[in-house]
Amino acid sequence: MAYALQQLINGVSLGMIYGLIAVGYTMVYGIIGMINFAHGDIFMIGAFVALISVVMFVSGGIMEGPAAILLVLLISMCITALYGWTVERVAYRPLRGSFRLAPLISAIGMSIVLQNYVQVAQGARVKPIDALLPGGVTIVEHSSFVVQFSYMQMLIITVTLGVLAVFTWLVTRTPLGRAMRACEQDRKMAALLGIDTDRTISLTFVIGAALAAVAGTMFLLRYGVIDFYIGFLAGVKAFTAAVLGGIGSLPGAVLGGLLIGLIETFWSAYFSVQYKDVAAFSILAITLIFMPTGLLGRAEVEKV
Amino acid sequence: MTPAALKDAAITALIALGLFAPIVGLRTDVGQTGELILRQRWGDVAILVGLAFAGRLALLGWRRYRGEPKPPSAARTEAIRRAGTFVAPVLLAFAVALPLIPGTGRYELDLGILVLTYVMLGWGLNIVVGLAGLLDLGYVAFYAVGAYSYALLATNFGLSFWICLPLAGILAAFWGILLGFPVLRLRGDYLAIVTLAFGEIIRIVLLNWVSLTNGPNGISGIPRPTFFGLSFSMSGEPDTFAGFFGIEPSPSHRVIFLYYLILGLALLTNWVSIRLRRQPLGRAWEALREDEIACRALGINITATKLTAFALGAMFAGFAGSFFATRQGFISPESFTFIESAIILAIVVLGGMGSQIGIAIAALVMIGGFEVFRDLDEWRMLVFGGAMVLIMVVRPRGLVGHRTPTVALGKRRSISAEHVAEGHG
Amino acid sequence: MTAPILEAENLTMRFGGLVAVDTVTFAALRGGITAIIGPNGAGKTTLFNCITGFYRPSAGTLRLHPHGAPIELQRLPGHHIARAGVARTFQNIRLFPGMTVLENLLVAQHNTLMAATGFGIGALLGSPRYRRAEKAAVEKAKHWLEQTALIDRADDPAGALPYGQQRRVEIARAMCTDPALLCLDEPAAGLNPRESAELSGLLRRIQAGGCSILLIEHDMGVVMGISDRIVVLDHGRKIADSTPAEIRADPRVIAAYLGEGDDEA
Repeated sequence: MAYALQQLINGVSLGMIYGLIAVGYTMVYGIIGMINFAHGDIFMIGAFVALISVVMFVSGGIMEGPAAILLVLLISMCITALYGWTVERVAYRPLRGSFRLAPLISAIGMSIVLQNYVQVAQGARVKPIDALLPGGVTIVEHSSFVVQFSYMQMLIITVTLGVLAVFTWLVTRTPLGRAMRACEQDRKMAALLGIDTDRTISLTFVIGAALAAVAGTMFLLRYGVIDFYIGFLAGVKAFTAAVLGGIGSLPGAVLGGLLIGLIETFWSAYFSVQYKDVAAFSILAITLIFMPTGLLGRAEVEKV
Repeated sequence: MTPAALKDAAITALIALGLFAPIVGLRTDVGQTGELILRQRWGDVAILVGLAFAGRLALLGWRRYRGEPKPPSAARTEAIRRAGTFVAPVLLAFAVALPLIPGTGRYELDLGILVLTYVMLGWGLNIVVGLAGLLDLGYVAFYAVGAYSYALLATNFGLSFWICLPLAGILAAFWGILLGFPVLRLRGDYLAIVTLAFGEIIRIVLLNWVSLTNGPNGISGIPRPTFFGLSFSMSGEPDTFAGFFGIEPSPSHRVIFLYYLILGLALLTNWVSIRLRRQPLGRAWEALREDEIACRALGINITATKLTAFALGAMFAGFAGSFFATRQGFISPESFTFIESAIILAIVVLGGMGSQIGIAIAALVMIGGFEVFRDLDEWRMLVFGGAMVLIMVVRPRGLVGHRTPTVALGKRRSISAEHVAEGHG
Repeated sequence: MTAPILEAENLTMRFGGLVAVDTVTFAALRGGITAIIGPNGAGKTTLFNCITGFYRPSAGTLRLHPHGAPIELQRLPGHHIARAGVARTFQNIRLFPGMTVLENLLVAQHNTLMAATGFGIGALLGSPRYRRAEKAAVEKAKHWLEQTALIDRADDPAGALPYGQQRRVEIARAMCTDPALLCLDEPAAGLNPRESAELSGLLRRIQAGGCSILLIEHDMGVVMGISDRIVVLDHGRKIADSTPAEIRADPRVIAAYLGEGDDEA
């Protein structure tokens, strides 16, 4: 019972990270109908920028504690947003509106570029850091098992909820959000009505990248070690989350993220760790085959 | 060198600074105490920023010089097609003659075998993606099934290559149908992602089902190929290849045999594809790509058509996998990652319009280029990914920009890319 | 009174709470031209989709009488309905744009040609049986290309043709399946008066060849000119079903549809 509670806490905090990445996928798919294959690697870049910031400010002893985390977060968000903008500009915008396969190949190419760019620039070894926010609250003390709710996990949950709240406000109450939703529904019409669709789409990528950066920073601080390959796996799982929740639906992406985080954690805990990725891929396949609109998505009927 | 262009280039440089300063400029390394430290590399950042500035300026200048891009006229398309008809026979002649050209050593033959393997895989995937328009991102799964089937059959039952090859192909085709069945209703990106998921599931299962596949250690000791029963050993005895033909035994004999073997398999794939295109099945595949609903209204069984495409594509991947297993003598799940599927798909897309010769050239350029840049080491994949992006941006429809109809009343005229659908699965 | 080619009985199509087609009963004349008309949203295309197998009707039966035993269509999958002898065209033209006109018409003869290939393998090696079958298929295609005045464009990509010609290609392609019943979804849409007159002539020739026609159409000139019988739908229900002359005078139809001073033949 205590074990299960611990897995629950772990699963929720992991799920929040997936949810943040999933929102990026779902936004881009909603607005230009494309799966941004390189999004997982944007998350990885976010983690690396956070790593570099941590080493720069914290390990040198310049700053500590929550203020340091906030600074690292902001730096990561800004730089990663720049990467997101650049990727869209270079690899996707020239191909917009044409062929469907070309942006897909371009995205895969971009994913390869980002992975190897970081590998070349930073070295291929894994990068460990000390825990920035050690310790936590002990919830249950059992003779055999102690349930810990670490401060880091608490931070992840609060930061994620906070960021999502800001983001939801952005999408529902600001002109930018309205422009995004208009572009999602009918891009040509939105353009005719005077909305700068290029800028709106760029901003979608930027925001998605910023969210991924938050996820990356949280991931780094939670697990303490990253490498250039975390993007692929996290990307697939987050994409599974987006699909599970209903691609195009923002609350769906968060819900999907939570579910995937929980499923992965419980699967590893109770079944087998080796096959935990198979669980994610299988959920993806099963959802797409039997429930392509996901839990909260809208059905698309093709007109004959 | 207008002020506007300079300003544009300056902004580009600024963005480059923002991108490269953190990740390139500050490299994390493990210091003496085991902790991470930062190494500063501002020189590299300066170079990259400078390149960005100059590159942007050059691009803007070139665009002004070129003016508005014009779509290709029908006459130009026809002229290119006629020139293109020479390319295929020349390449084929070169491929057949390669081992006989003086100066061709082991290295060139191995490279040729590698390129031909990808050409065959490209031609196989072309049936699924190029002809039928089904986005398959998990093609490597069938390659793996073929390789592992061959390996297990050969090591456990001691069957010869010529028996294992068709068996492996049939098994792969069977898996093609099995994996194709659940995805029949899926379109476009969704189909791509599910096939990707299937590919990864198979790889992870191969990695972890140790009792069957020996897990990450793979299967070794796969018997080497024989020349219809004559082994290629160096002993020179009567039952070996060299002994039978009365020539000096040499290690290159086996390599040459392997080369012609893969050439033969690839040409088989090519021949079947070209023949099927002229048949109702191939036409149904292309019609499926163009408009699935219209196909249904014409009485075509969509399910059977899609499954045949998957099965046939999978079969050729299975053949290629068998070849791979026997050539290496050893296989492991590491050779069957998602990147392989992506590379094969990139070859098909780069080739363009389901064109056989386009795919062959694309494979030659990509795989050959990859080999040639071997000295770049870790930069290779980076350049490779960058090339993928660049090529897609410059030529989204691929190298070959037209499709040749399979039947005509008068003269067959090529159809330019703007009309041909790319398929949604 | 000849037996009808198609009988719809209490055909109903529901999408969730919306009833798009509400217990519609009608018959399409064998060897005749039956038109289905009605205001936009009346359920005409939905009805078509039920008949041609793109939707599965929620209730009711559809019986086709090609020759011999009647075939029930409401449970058949789409491609079987086409094989049973029902061909259709689409409101938004659905050609194979990257294939030539001739190739489009050959795809229509897929089933006949497949049967001649011997499981697809015999023809791979060039069997004479298949070559003969393909020759015959090309001849049939040529026949319909001549009927639709498109023989000069046989080798052009279907996507490059002007709109009016694309419509004719779709009809020629449907006829290559040797249907007993040809269903046309707004064939005159977007055609100028000369093209509409040519279309009427083509449809009459098709009818003379023994094929029954069922069409949805808004162009009253075409409808009144060639139909033997007209069925009127409004809000999913059939409100009238008789000859063109009677329909023209029917007050209910006028109220639902023709009322606002629209064009008349």
